[in-house]
Formats: sequence, C-alpha cells, structure tokens
Amino acid sequence: MKPDELRSLAQKESELRKSYRYRINVCCSSGCMPFGSLKVLSAFKDAVREFGVEEECYVARTGCVGTCSLAPAVLVEPGDYLYQNVTPEKAREIVKEHIVGGRPVKSMLYGNEAFFKKQLRIVLRNAGKIDPLRIEDYIAVGGYYALLKALTRMTPQGVIEEVALSGLKGRGGAGFLTGLKWRYVARAPGSPKYVIANLDEGDPGVFANRTLAEADPHAILEGMAIAAYAVGSQKGYIYVRSEYPLAVQTLKKAIEAARSMGVLGDNIFETSFSFDVELRLGAGAFVAGEETAILASIEGRRAMPRPRPPYPAQSGLWGKPTLINNVETLANVPVILLKGSEWFSSIGSKNCTGTKCFSLTGKVNNPGLIEVPMGITLREVVFDIGGGVAPGRRFKAVQVGGPSGGFLPEQLLDLPIDYESLTKAGAIMGSGGIVVLDDTSCMVDTAKFFTEFCVDESCGKCTPCRAGLYKLYKVLDGFTRGEGSVEDFSKVEELCEFIKEASLCGLGQTAPNPTLTTLRYFRDEYIAHLVEKRCPAGKCFGNSGGGGVE
Amino acid sequence: MSKPVELTIDGKKVTAKEGETILEAARRNGLYIPALCYLEGVSSFGGCRVCVVELKGSPRVFASCVTPVTGGMEVVTDSEKLRRYRRWAVELLLAERPHVCSVCVANGSCELQQLATELGVDHLRVDREWTDYEVDLTHERFAYDPNRCILCTRCIRVCDEVEGVHTLDLMLRGKNSKVIFDLDENWGFSRSCTSCGKCSASCPVGALYVKGKPLSEVKKKDLVSFIMERRSEK
Amino acid sequence: MPNSGGQQTGVKSDRRLQMLEAAIKQHQYSKDALLEILHTAQELYGYLDKDLLQHISRQLRLPPSHVYGVATFYNLFKLKKPGMHVVTVCMGTACYVKGAENIVSTIEREFNLKRGGTTSDGRLSLFVTRCIGACAMAPNAIVDGEVIGKATPEDVLRKVKSAMGAEMVEAR
Repeated sequence: MKPDELRSLAQKESELRKSYRYRINVCCSSGCMPFGSLKVLSAFKDAVREFGVEEECYVARTGCVGTCSLAPAVLVEPGDYLYQNVTPEKAREIVKEHIVGGRPVKSMLYGNEAFFKKQLRIVLRNAGKIDPLRIEDYIAVGGYYALLKALTRMTPQGVIEEVALSGLKGRGGAGFLTGLKWRYVARAPGSPKYVIANLDEGDPGVFANRTLAEADPHAILEGMAIAAYAVGSQKGYIYVRSEYPLAVQTLKKAIEAARSMGVLGDNIFETSFSFDVELRLGAGAFVAGEETAILASIEGRRAMPRPRPPYPAQSGLWGKPTLINNVETLANVPVILLKGSEWFSSIGSKNCTGTKCFSLTGKVNNPGLIEVPMGITLREVVFDIGGGVAPGRRFKAVQVGGPSGGFLPEQLLDLPIDYESLTKAGAIMGSGGIVVLDDTSCMVDTAKFFTEFCVDESCGKCTPCRAGLYKLYKVLDGFTRGEGSVEDFSKVEELCEFIKEASLCGLGQTAPNPTLTTLRYFRDEYIAHLVEKRCPAGKCFGNSGGGGVE
Repeated sequence: MSKPVELTIDGKKVTAKEGETILEAARRNGLYIPALCYLEGVSSFGGCRVCVVELKGSPRVFASCVTPVTGGMEVVTDSEKLRRYRRWAVELLLAERPHVCSVCVANGSCELQQLATELGVDHLRVDREWTDYEVDLTHERFAYDPNRCILCTRCIRVCDEVEGVHTLDLMLRGKNSKVIFDLDENWGFSRSCTSCGKCSASCPVGALYVKGKPLSEVKKKDLVSFIMERRSEK
Repeated sequence: MPNSGGQQTGVKSDRRLQMLEAAIKQHQYSKDALLEILHTAQELYGYLDKDLLQHISRQLRLPPSHVYGVATFYNLFKLKKPGMHVVTVCMGTACYVKGAENIVSTIEREFNLKRGGTTSDGRLSLFVTRCIGACAMAPNAIVDGEVIGKATPEDVLRKVKSAMGAEMVEAR
C-alpha cells in the first residue's frame, strides 16, 4: 500500500461513515454473543429495510462496549445511546422510535451515566464503535496513520524516545517502562529479532485483553508493527489463549486483512520495512503468560519459566533478542505516536501515566470492562462506575490483580490505582482484574480458592511454588473447617515469605498475596473460624453455598 | 577468550570465569554452598532452591546454580534468612512425598537426608503427603519408586545430555509432576532406554536405584568424572 | 501418501491422518511446531491417545517422553476419550464468587461422576475450566458448546438432561 492510498481510503471511509445520520453498533463479542447478538443484528438489518431507512442508518457488527451485564448491548450513535438486553423485538422498536421517529426509547436505555463518565478510553477508543472485521472501519477512524508516521517521518530511535517520554509502562502486570524495554531489544546484538504480543490472559476473572482483541484487533497489529520497526524486527507472534475462540478468529481475519491491504508484509508503505505476524495458540496453562514460559511454549515445549538473566531482550525466542509486550501496552502505542508523548503523560498520575483497563466483576452491580485514568481511586471504580454492591449487602473487600492479587478492605478504598500504591498495600496491578466481595463472601474460603488456583497452575519446577503452595492450600483448607489454631498464623506467614522470596517466577512470587492480605486485613475472620469455630459469612463448616448463591 | 571476573563471596575476593555461575565459582574456589538439583557436568535447572544466596544491594535471594557472576558482585552464602529458606526447601521436599529413611535404599548416602541433618531439620512443620505411586520393578536391573522422587530432574538431564537418548521427561505439572519413561511406559518396556544406569547413578535420593544393591557413594563420584571426561572430549 | 515411509504406528490410515500429515508437512516437520500439531490432532481425533502421540513423536523426531510431557502439561489436551456430551463449568473468580461450585457439585451428585471424569456409560463428561472470560455473566457453564450465562444449577441440569434426552431420541 502506498501512503496516498491510505489517506484516500481513510477519507473515503470516513465520508461514508458521516453520510449516515445514525449508526447502530451491535455488540457481538464473547460477552454478548451467547445471548443472541447475531439474531439482534439481523433483526436491526431487517427493521432498517422494513422502515426504508437503509440510506441514513448503518447497522454495524462491533466489539464490546464494556457493559457486559447488559447483554446483548447496542450502542446508537450519535449521542452514544446505550440499549440493554436487546431482543429482536426490541430491535424493531428501537429502529421505529429512535431512528425513524427521532425519540430514543427511554425505557430500554441503560441508566447509569457514571459508568461512562469516569472512564477514559484510549486503549478501548474504538471498542464497540467499529466493525473489527472491516479493516476499512479502523482506517476510517485514523487507523495505521501512526504506523505511516513512524515509517515515513520518524527514526526507530525517535519512536523509542517518544514511547519512553510518554512514561508508558507494561500493562501485563510488572509495570516495566515500555520505552526502556524497547531500547534494550533495539540495542541487543543478534538477529533476527522477534516481537511477541502477549494475549495469554489466564487470570480467572479478567477479560480485558480478550475484549480488546475482539473489538479492535488492528490496534494490536499496528502497535506490534510500530514496535517491530523501533526494535528492528521483521517477525511477530501473538500468543493467544485457545480458550478465546472468537478472539482467535477475529485476529486471524485481521491479520489476513492487514496483509492484503499491505500494512503487514513486505515493504510497508513503500519503505524498506517488512513485518509479518503469526498467531500461536496456548493450550490451557496460566503460567505460560510469564515472559520466559511464553518463549518455551512458542517453541513447543512445556511452559516452564527459566531464571533471568538472560532476559528475553537479550536471549528470547530461539536465543534471539525478543520483545514481549502485553497487547494492552501495544494498543496504546499508535495513539502515543499520533497525539504525542506530552499528551499521554498528562493523563493519569505523575509516576504512572495513561489509563488501565480493568475487568470489574464479582458482587458489584455493574460488572463489565472499564478503562480509567491511572490514579483514580478504588472507591470511584467500585462505587461510582461499578455501582457498589447489591442493596442490603455490605461491601467487604476488593481484590486487585488477578489470582495472586491481594484483598483490600474498605479503609483502603481511597488508594489511588498505580503500580506503587497497590504493591505497597499488598495487591498488584496484575493484568487488571478487580473482583468485588460483599459480606456473603468468606475471606478464608476465598484465600483458599485462589491458593488452589495457583496450586493447579504451578508448573512444578521450583520447590516453594510446587510443594510450598500446596502445603499452604492444605493449611487454609483446614482453617475453613476450623482445624488449626491462631499459633499457626506465624508459621503460615513464614511459609508465605519463603514462597514469595524464593520462587523462581512471578507466579510463585505473588501467589501468597491473597493469604497474606486476608491475614493482614481480615484476621478476625480467621480467628472466628479457629477459635469460635464459625464462619462469619456462613459459607464454611459444611454450609456449602450459603454465601455464594444469589 | 573469557575475561576473569572479580567478585567477593562472604567477604573473600574470588576470581571467576566470565559466564560462570556463582555456585561454580564458589566450588572452584573451595567455598561451600549447599545444593541439591545441581549436578556438575550437566545443565543447571534452578528448581530446588537449596542453593539460594543473597546479593548485596538486592532484597531478593538468588539460586546460585543459575545466577551468573558479574564483576563487583558481593555474595552472601550464609545468613539467618538463607538458613531459614533452605530449611523450608528441604522440609517441603521431605513432606511432599513419603520419605521414610529407614526403609529407603538410599539411607545413609542420600543427599536429601544429608542436607536435612546439616540444616538441622529434626521435625516437619507441615503435614506429610502419603502419595501412592506404583513402584516400577519391570526393568531387570533397575527400579523406580516415584514416591521417593524429589523432581530435581537430574536423571532427565543426564539421560538427555550425557547418554543422549532422552528416555526420561516430566509429565503433568505442579505437584502432580512425575518423571516418566517414554509415553509413561513401564521401565522394562521402554524402547529408547539403553539401560546405561546413569539415571540411577545421578539420583540424589532413592527414587531410581539398582536392584538389590544399596546406594554407594563411590558410584556417584564415578558418574561425575565420567560426565566431565565426556565434556572435555567435546 | 498418508503414513509416509510405511512406518508402523497404531494410527489408522484414514482421512484424519491425511489431514494431520498435511499439517505436519506444512510446519516442515519442525520440532517447534509440536503444540500446533497437538492442537490439530486433537481437533481431528477429539483426544490424543498414545498411538497418536507415538506417531507425532516419530514424525517430528522428538523423544516420546518429550511429546508426552508437553501433551500432559497443558490442560486443554485430553488424553482420554471424552463422553458423548460435555458439560464444562467455569470456575474463574467471578463464577466462583457467584456460586459455580454449586453447579459442579449438583452435576457430580446427579450423574455420579467427579470433575474431570466421564460417566461409566461414556455419555457425559464434566470438566471445570478456569475462566472463559464471560465474567460479567457469571456464573457460566457450557453444555456441548453452548454457553449458559447467569446459570443456576437447575438451568444447567435441565440443559444437560435435554441434550442427553435428544440423543436418546435420535438413537431410536
């Protein structure tokens, strides 16, 4: 593709888009799909035809808007009217009233304005507003312009500088400065070099990366291409969970479209830069998301982490310098290049710039996918955006950071969300899971649940994680039956310290967080189990499900 | 070719080869760091975490068998914290499967047993597991008791890197990991095994052993020198 | 030519094997492609038995223990034949918090099987999975590929029974 072709296509497509007075976006992501999105989509198309408004109303199949509890969700532009639980019958009524009559159907609209008001969408800029299967849709909203800019007006060095100045940190969990990582790979001797986009979102309760891939796959591809240009790579891999069939399909089609459009392949935009991307499927191993384990998995081996150094930047795939970035990190990159590092670093807090996507789930009224500026408080996320807990229930704890994230109590809700504050409090950013618990959840049982998850997912290489976590699980399991005594707490804490400090990789190093934080902030619940032999939430001691079921 | 690297181990100045690990440098200089899954002559695994050391300026601990030396590094090989961690590692290994020394072929020459004595492990603070793996007696000369395996993977590495056949590997993962022959076949029916006996000679405990013979230290020393000879021939 | 080189493995020479061979060839017999090949093999055969793994190990020139180690490391690969019908309950965080355990234990009780297992007549398998990513609709269960959101034990039971009932009718 020539640079001019991109410009003229973008102009044509955006004019086409503007030529419609209305645009109906029907969410067809994994969250909505099982609840009849496709039927709703065809109902809209039929209704538009029936009322003869095809010329002024465009019906699009899009990715996720974020309000996953309203499935299927439909967003009508202009005005961002969000309809919930739409059925084929409702679809016809929406066309009749809203499109033809010009009167939004109030009774079907989603009422919670705060859900969107406190959000800031950079990564999810196009989610729910473009058809992920049409590369032209992405180009219409400025897609692949950043790549064009990088290739034609910036040096690889310049790209790295811009990303470094933006302050962007890795969104996969560890929070390493992206620009610095790129610089290491760029300077590392050896070729070829590889770029890996990490979409092995194995944390239970997290679906941000999946949603991004389903809603805006080209943002990931563009970010990868820019990264590849910056570090001097010609070959990229997207490592994606096989449990995400729709994301896999969407990415496959996006790669094909990008190739045939010429934004992937040889001599992109008539420059000397060539880059291609391949998909690699995971096979159900949480630990494969770890940097060195992902390498083993792509090379067709057991996904067991290895010690670092050497870092993948020096010795990665097949021993070659390799850049591994989370897909959310990569999706930020095109925007940073277009709007500038100064703009990006003005968002969020001082040491933690930009936004972060979170999957908000658990006992919260408005679960879904959100994107908020860094530095926002947990209270705003849980209560303003999430709408708090169900009426009559009391908020108890919020877990941040996936299975190995810590649980924070009410008094820490004013904590700003950034890497440092969370780590200090015993939680982690992780890949962005926020799980809300109310008074029907037992903290001892919940700690046991997450420890069990890590036991199942431990690769078994190192003693602390393999043998230590299992012992920890057994002790917690005993606690839920009232077995043990408060004297065991110090032993548990000492074991946790050993696992945290001596484990080989991030899985073991963070796995004790749920136990440690619940012991720190909810010790009284442990005491109730061991001394009074009762579960305050009514879940343990054989009352199975007492707390769990709605 | 390789430049010498200067570092200190427990305050002593030590010269190491570039690319060498802390453990190798220490041993070459006659300094002792306890280790278990490490086996001279084959690649390092870094799994048991017994050989952990502290590095000045870092809050973490590092497995010395897989951490390369760097110039100016200050290594601490013994501290209250390290002793505590090593003790946990050994205790957890002892508790992970039913290790009963009195009925083990390795009794008296078991590296895990020696470490337990050395680190003062006189009781276990966690419950023991009583795994019930079938003992594989199908091979005419050797036997395999997974209940005594500590998953150090020495046998796997020796079979792959020294004998060059890769009969052994791990199956499953986490606490369910198990050393297997071929497609989890009985040893006696393994088509790739050359019956060389290196795996049993490299086993630090009594999981892989020669039938009818108590484990002797002499044999193990033989193995290491054999490996080193092969290495130097390359 | 399927089963090239006339190697004797226990895998029947049929269309599935041809497709597997094509995939192996497409990956140029690369050892690195083991995971991709295992994916393809499972798609074709439904599960990976020892004959199949032996075959793959020969074709890719990988030690059998290596292939077996990889196939058993990843949860997705099934080494035993699954039941005619499969119910998978999501046990991700959100689903667990919202009572997925109850769904699992209900199925276990009702059909007298354990998670990860198959009924003795081979008609139903029960699996648990860690997060299918539909957390906002928690708890989720999947019956023969169909997702049930905000599921109750009764919903899932009904669905399973009707799936099994339909098959009974077909069988007549």
